[in-house]
Amino acid sequence: MSLNRRNFDALIIGAGGAGLNAAIQLANADLRVAVVSKVFPTRSHTVAAQGGVNAALANVLPDNWHWHMFDTVKGSDYLGDQDAIEFMCREAIPTVYELEHNGVPFSRLDNGKIYQRPFGGQSQNFGGDQAARTCAAADRTGHAILHTLYQQNLRAKTHFFDEFFALDLVRDAEGVVCGALVLEIETGEPLLIEAKCTLLATGGCGQVFRTTSNAHINTGDGMAMALRAGVPLMDMEFYQFHPTGIAGKGMLITEGVRGEGGYLLNGRGERFMERYAPKAKDLASRDVVARSIVTEVKEGRGAGPKGDHVLLKLDHLGESVIAKRLPGIRESARIFAGVDPVVEPIPVFPTAHYVMGGIPTDRFGRVVMPVGSGEEAMPGLYAAGECACASVHGANRLGGNSLLDILVFGRLAGKNIIDYVKDNPFHRDIDPSSLDYAVGRLKRWDQHGKGPSVHETREKLTRCMEDHAGVFRTEEIMAEGLEKMKEIRAEMPDVRLTDHSRVFNTARIEALELENLLDVGMALAASALYRQESRGAHSRPDYPKRDDVNWLKHTLYFLEGDRLDYKPVRTKPLTVESFPPKERVY
Amino acid sequence: MKFRVYRYDPESGQKPHMQDYDIETFRGMMLRDALKAIKAQDETFAFRHSCGEGVCGSDGVNVNGTNKLACVTPIADLKEPVEVRPFPGRPVIRDLVVDMTQFYEQYKAIEPWLKRKEPTPEQEILQSPADRDKLDGLYECIMCGCCSTFCPSFWWNPEKFLGPQALLSAWRFLADSRDQAKDERLDFLEGPYKLFRCHSIMNCVEVCPKGLNPTKAIGHIKELMLKKAV
Ligand SMILES: Cc1cc2nc3c(=O)[nH]c(=O)nc-3n(C[C@H](O)[C@H](O)[C@H](O)COP(=O)(O)OP(=O)(O)OC[C@H]3O[C@@H](n4cnc5c(N)ncnc54)[C@H](O)[C@@H]3O)c2cc1C
Ligand code: SF4
Ligand code: SF4
Ligand code: FES
Repeated sequence: MSLNRRNFDALIIGAGGAGLNAAIQLANADLRVAVVSKVFPTRSHTVAAQGGVNAALANVLPDNWHWHMFDTVKGSDYLGDQDAIEFMCREAIPTVYELEHNGVPFSRLDNGKIYQRPFGGQSQNFGGDQAARTCAAADRTGHAILHTLYQQNLRAKTHFFDEFFALDLVRDAEGVVCGALVLEIETGEPLLIEAKCTLLATGGCGQVFRTTSNAHINTGDGMAMALRAGVPLMDMEFYQFHPTGIAGKGMLITEGVRGEGGYLLNGRGERFMERYAPKAKDLASRDVVARSIVTEVKEGRGAGPKGDHVLLKLDHLGESVIAKRLPGIRESARIFAGVDPVVEPIPVFPTAHYVMGGIPTDRFGRVVMPVGSGEEAMPGLYAAGECACASVHGANRLGGNSLLDILVFGRLAGKNIIDYVKDNPFHRDIDPSSLDYAVGRLKRWDQHGKGPSVHETREKLTRCMEDHAGVFRTEEIMAEGLEKMKEIRAEMPDVRLTDHSRVFNTARIEALELENLLDVGMALAASALYRQESRGAHSRPDYPKRDDVNWLKHTLYFLEGDRLDYKPVRTKPLTVESFPPKERVY
Repeated sequence: MKFRVYRYDPESGQKPHMQDYDIETFRGMMLRDALKAIKAQDETFAFRHSCGEGVCGSDGVNVNGTNKLACVTPIADLKEPVEVRPFPGRPVIRDLVVDMTQFYEQYKAIEPWLKRKEPTPEQEILQSPADRDKLDGLYECIMCGCCSTFCPSFWWNPEKFLGPQALLSAWRFLADSRDQAKDERLDFLEGPYKLFRCHSIMNCVEVCPKGLNPTKAIGHIKELMLKKAV
């Protein structure tokens, strides 16, 4: 098969905040950089981020990066790597200023500085009073950032491959990644993009769950590509359920609502968070609030005719605050819940939101592999953004820290790639078998015949994950889930497409995404089953306590044989004292 | 509920045609849910969509004669049979998927990035809340294309007339107190076509799913040009 080929210094797969912030660095340095995205860049899901991005600018209340670091370590339930966390919290400040200089229309304070709002899990002075650390552009921060980054890439003349779907990484005979095989969606033609260095920035995988705040395109493609290239996924059992999705629908209502003074009520009209988190109340960490909501509903104190949700009240903020600070939320609540929050509370329930785990990297965005008792950076392969795991979120991510993560590590990966390409100026020879494998993934869907459809298989998978890997997890529930996932995997070879056309065949894209969802779902289910403790978002009624003696370690899942391995948490920061594990109360 | 949907597959050798579907509805169903239900029945049906909440701008379509974002359009508001077509005036790639290249090119043409002449400060560039307010109603554009593909002037001159989306974006930068390339931007917009082909027909305002007002933005640009000329 003769393939069209292109070659670049660097290939970036993904045009969300992580990919675009990396691309700017490279394009500004006059490297030839290709950005591949399966949707037009501004349609990437970073666009949906609402509340804001954390940085200790101290524009509203006293703050510094060290307090931010403490909150992040505590929020992570001590599973985050403290060197990476220190680094992120320090870099947050220049990163946000750079965004502003690039044009992000942040909301403003009277003195002209960037507006900052309180978010969950934020404190002053290592666990003291509430802090206000989240820099916001109303409740459309992700949109404002993504569009600005796209604009700056237009200026820098980045090469965009819009609506190209990455199938798999390709490698040389030694296994070094040297680009990717991609599919032009419009024509259905494959294209080989060779690169000296490849960055995976493909975002999250919320579509493994049935109810999610994530877009249709968040199917974990980059993570699955990494798995198929022999790279493990780290800490996949830690999946965040955001406390306030619109009940029954899953669209997000930002934590910023509670940051601005909104609060939760159960069916009896009680502010139940006072019972679960006496100090932080509604602004406790997300895992805590999500569990509290599910508990209220389970114990019969839910709201609505079926008692299956709770209420988020914000009408007391007044119409002008809502119009100024939360206009997007008002719009969403009206459209999807049929309520105007200016007069009525919004019905909410936890929704699958964010994957803390992902492709293991160091703090320069280099993908790391376990070697002997340590680990080594893989030459030529980087990962950043939600698909990566640096690991700054550990077992639970704080609101406002993900935009930060994608921007800081996207930027740093970009800068690091510049040096890598200088030191490795030549393209490598692609191993034909690696290319055949990638082409095979495409060909497989040309098979005719009868079999289950992609659509029904995807529904089965997402329901299984929702039922068996949700907010509360027991051995029994998870073991059954893993078995079901294995059954689905066994059925996959029989799944058939009826549409074998080339031009803009979205059915074929969804089939390829289904395979990715399956690999990522397996990683999640397998990693979850074996962690016998409760930590952060991984909550087990049968092991209700955190167990630092046996489980203060990262999980690694390998696709081959569904093998699990573990590695230590890096508890030593770069320059400051480490924060030793403590009981986590809010 | 009955849907009549535009179908075109360039590989099939068939001409474009309308195809009927019967879809089971549920309370709160949006048009995007209905399109997904059609796709579940008939895999060969193609349309773009992603976020499902009106922020990514992927799923603009023409419904019963007007442009809308499918994911925020309740089907309860639509008259049966619901006729769904691709955006008017754009080349169709397949079914509801159109080629938006020209639209994106016009956006790029206005150089939609903040331009500064002075060195950047160490911290943020200051901006008063009042100056920041001037960007409201502009920066929220999701580039869905509902407006430009419903603008008669854009239908006739898509290469020469920038269209409402690009003009709204041009004003977004002209209105930004931090931007320092006002003259340059205005000079670019001079001439009979780029801006002045707008005849204030207001189609764009009528269809914008974000409630933005490109016509007003265009008016502001014209005023600024006049001021500059004086
Ligand atoms: C509703 C919502 C609200 C949020 N609010 C906040 C908030 O207020 N603050 C905060 O800090 N975080 C927030 N988050 C989290 C945060 O927005 C995301 O984690 C982050 O934006 C992910 O960015 P990314 O660059 O990693 O990926 P994305 O923005 O998801 O981009 C992924 C990119 O990869 C591309 N891609 C994927 N697969 C392929 C493939 N196979 N081939 C080609 N291209 C591919 C996509 O096209 C896309 O361009 C929110 C998340 C959601 C869902
Ligand atoms: S007002 Fe101008 S831009 Fe808007 S639709 Fe009419 S001609 Fe087009
Ligand atoms: S102005 Fe409105 S209709 Fe036009 S592209 Fe922007 S959001 Fe869409
Ligand atoms: S699917 Fe994103 S705007 Fe409709």
